[in-house]
Amino acid sequence: MTTAILEMRGITKTFPGVKALSNVNLTVEEGEIHAVVGENGAGKSTLMKVLSGVYPSGDYEGQIVFRGQECHFRGIHDSERMGIVIIHQELALVPMLSITENIFLGNEHARHGIIDWNANETRTRELLKQVGLSEDPRTLITNIGVGKQQLVEIAKALSKEVKLLILDEPTASLSEKDSQALLDLLLGFKRQGLTSILISHKLNEVHRVADHVTIIRDGQTIETLGKGEISEDRIITSMVGRPLEDRFPPRDPKIGEVVFEVKDWSVYHPIHAERQVIKGISMNVRRGEVVGIAGLMGAGRTEFAMSLFGRSYGRRITGEVRLNGKPVDISSVGKAVDRGIAYVTEDRKTYGLNLIDHIKHNITLANLGGVSRAGVIDDLREIDVANDYRGRTNIRSSSVYQKTGNLSGGNQQKVVLSKWLFANPEVLILDEPTRGIDVGAKYEIYTIIARLAAEGKAIVVISSEMPELLGVSDRIYVMNEGLLVGEMAARDASQEKIMRAIVRGEGIAS
Amino acid sequence: MSTETAPSPRTTVAEDVPAASRRRLAMSSLVDNLRDYGLVLALIVIMLFFQYTTGGTLFKPVNLSNLVQQNSFIIVMALGMLLVIVAGHIDLSVGSVAGFIGALAAMMMVIWPLGIFSNPLVVSIICLAVGGLIGGAQGYWIAYHRIPSFIVTLAGMLIFRGWCQALLGGGSSVGPLPDDFKALSSGFLPDYVGSLELIPPTVNAAGKTIIGSGLTLHMTTLIIGIVGVAAYVLLGLRARRSRVRHGHEAEPLALFAGKTVVIGLLALFLVYQFATYKGVPIVLLVMAVLIGVFVFLTKQTTIGRRVYAMGGNVKAAQLSGIKTDRLTLLVFVNMGVLSALGGLIIAARLGQAVPAAGLGSELDVIAAVFIGGASAMGGVGQVAGSVVGGFIMGVMNNGMSIMGVNVDWQQVVKGLVLLGAVVFDVYNKNKG
Repeated sequence: MTTAILEMRGITKTFPGVKALSNVNLTVEEGEIHAVVGENGAGKSTLMKVLSGVYPSGDYEGQIVFRGQECHFRGIHDSERMGIVIIHQELALVPMLSITENIFLGNEHARHGIIDWNANETRTRELLKQVGLSEDPRTLITNIGVGKQQLVEIAKALSKEVKLLILDEPTASLSEKDSQALLDLLLGFKRQGLTSILISHKLNEVHRVADHVTIIRDGQTIETLGKGEISEDRIITSMVGRPLEDRFPPRDPKIGEVVFEVKDWSVYHPIHAERQVIKGISMNVRRGEVVGIAGLMGAGRTEFAMSLFGRSYGRRITGEVRLNGKPVDISSVGKAVDRGIAYVTEDRKTYGLNLIDHIKHNITLANLGGVSRAGVIDDLREIDVANDYRGRTNIRSSSVYQKTGNLSGGNQQKVVLSKWLFANPEVLILDEPTRGIDVGAKYEIYTIIARLAAEGKAIVVISSEMPELLGVSDRIYVMNEGLLVGEMAARDASQEKIMRAIVRGEGIAS
Repeated sequence: MSTETAPSPRTTVAEDVPAASRRRLAMSSLVDNLRDYGLVLALIVIMLFFQYTTGGTLFKPVNLSNLVQQNSFIIVMALGMLLVIVAGHIDLSVGSVAGFIGALAAMMMVIWPLGIFSNPLVVSIICLAVGGLIGGAQGYWIAYHRIPSFIVTLAGMLIFRGWCQALLGGGSSVGPLPDDFKALSSGFLPDYVGSLELIPPTVNAAGKTIIGSGLTLHMTTLIIGIVGVAAYVLLGLRARRSRVRHGHEAEPLALFAGKTVVIGLLALFLVYQFATYKGVPIVLLVMAVLIGVFVFLTKQTTIGRRVYAMGGNVKAAQLSGIKTDRLTLLVFVNMGVLSALGGLIIAARLGQAVPAAGLGSELDVIAAVFIGGASAMGGVGQVAGSVVGGFIMGVMNNGMSIMGVNVDWQQVVKGLVLLGAVVFDVYNKNKG
């Protein structure tokens, strides 16, 4: 019979003014994959920080029993010594060091402080084999993709004789293929008896690999479901606290004339000058229309969008952009914004937000002219604007003076959206608008998209999640390797049809 | 509430803030501002400490004037350095640029036969422009070629110190500088209103007045001071009232009142002390105006906001349409102009240009900004903090000199204070 490897009982953790966790219970059985799901800000990360000792014993109430022993971790070192290893969403690897150096960082096989690199490398080869990664151990981290980096992190965890592996959103930035490989790996570990906790937003993944699912909402455990009870609908209902009939808000598209038109757009790689990243793309968006761009990772969708938006990506850019039938110059971000084009980045932390500043300053940044006169900012007007958009996009925060770095992913995304809504664009390009955010916040983002379309804006949505594209778009373009390989009305489209277009892979006549 | 443009029913969410969270906000505003208040308190404590250990010399009007005249150039340059550091850069060349500009000014006024162009005012304007050019030349490499500012300005530090010495013909000093020019540092505001003699000075047996006896007030200084403090209080009240009227969060009344009273009284006390001596030093007026300009620039203007955004996340700033290259260049041009002004102030105080003018002052300037709470990562920092930080350094210099503390040990103490201030900051941040 199975026994519990980990029991967390009555965990309560309070931050000044906020109860982040309230009497949370989590029981993980030996040798299972246990999924923890919940909306952003529900308290999953806090719970894992309690477990791994980031919040030291005494900082919270409750009990942690690991392998039959009550634990009081005072730091990550304590929990790692017990075999609890957490892999964070943001990978903790040093880019300019090799795979071997990263795996044994701070933990090198050494004699009297002198590192035995041969021993380290031999062990690295074994570990890489275990995770199914065929790379030279001397390869620098910066030279391998995110998917492989994730595997290195797992190999690093294995090197620490892990008993309980915690993965926080491991597939958030992986392609479909890499995600599948990672999940297969987890299942493989399970067969070898390793216990894992998987934190994920992707319910299909949870459904596929998890033996138990614990749902957390508003800092409380809602329920734990066993293998037979796991269904996406059930999980969603528990997560948001209400039955969710539709994952997408209803729309009644009123599509007008062509607003935004791109002709024969070509872009070369910023460093490898001979590599053509975008190969003669032509597309258009109409008033009130939501146009999706589908494609695999590396298809060039983000590069396409960013090269359009003030030439923020690439070199030797050629092609024509027309707005309302007239050619426009959008060769700098400032010009693009002035002409009414907005681009909401896929990477809100790196490209979207000033994380050390508060919501108000982030919202007005792209349109400071809208809250100032002759270069002098009108404080009161700015506060009104920030509060207005905070309400419109339903940002959950104590006030507009909360630092964006302290917000959950969904609320951060709403701040970025607010920033661009306040810039009042005619054409809005949304790059992976729901990446890394939970179901409830996704629905809110879709609602905003629908409302903007109804207001007559032209909207482009880039997404790697095909159900999302099919759900929000009126028309879908398919991209592959810098080429446009398909165009279809959303009602005729299906995941299979999109995949077929990608696999066939020939450009469509422009 | 201003939701007339929002058609969505979701707009109500932002307004249902209960009283409890309002109280929490008041608390958090106290915590947020604790550092600023703490810094002012630290300055006051340090002043009282030296007032005690120097046997009351620190607050003597003549010493206060000295203190301002000795340290004004640090604070002037700290204003520019704040922007540089907030933008995510550093400028190590300011001391050398100040020295070079001082030498240039002296050569123009004393040595070179320039005719009308050796007039102190003309020379000063030309020197400020040259400072701007120097800042622009350094900023060009930093902004458009992405050379780290540390390296560019380290080069600048060597180059301009060398030029400073070369201009002065090796190791010699050049002077004396015209009195009109020296007034920039050592002059006092003339008493346009006329002085007020409260207690006539004692006359000794020889019929001469005893210096320092009696009490005569410099009325122009007193009036400017009182008007200034009144304006500070009234503007603060007005801003607060308009926030409350618009239904916005304002800092708690007690906190606001306490802060205003402490700062107001401190200012009035200093004004009074100046009024009993020769009045307000001209350089203090220059400094006060500049401080006002930079507070306004950083808090109320779009250009200031953009500098903070750029320092906080340069990529996000670029993708929000901010021309970060040009902005970086401007920040360094500004730094160059203020370095030049610092150089003029130094030369005016010494009455001559010397090869070592401003040597090492870049470190005092940078220390003032960091003591004032700026982040070495960029994006964080306040003008007021840097000014108070500059005064903390200045009061320590002055107080320790009066106490007769050896210069070597003065450095040790200043270093410890800098480290302590930053450790305090980091500790606070981690706790919060």
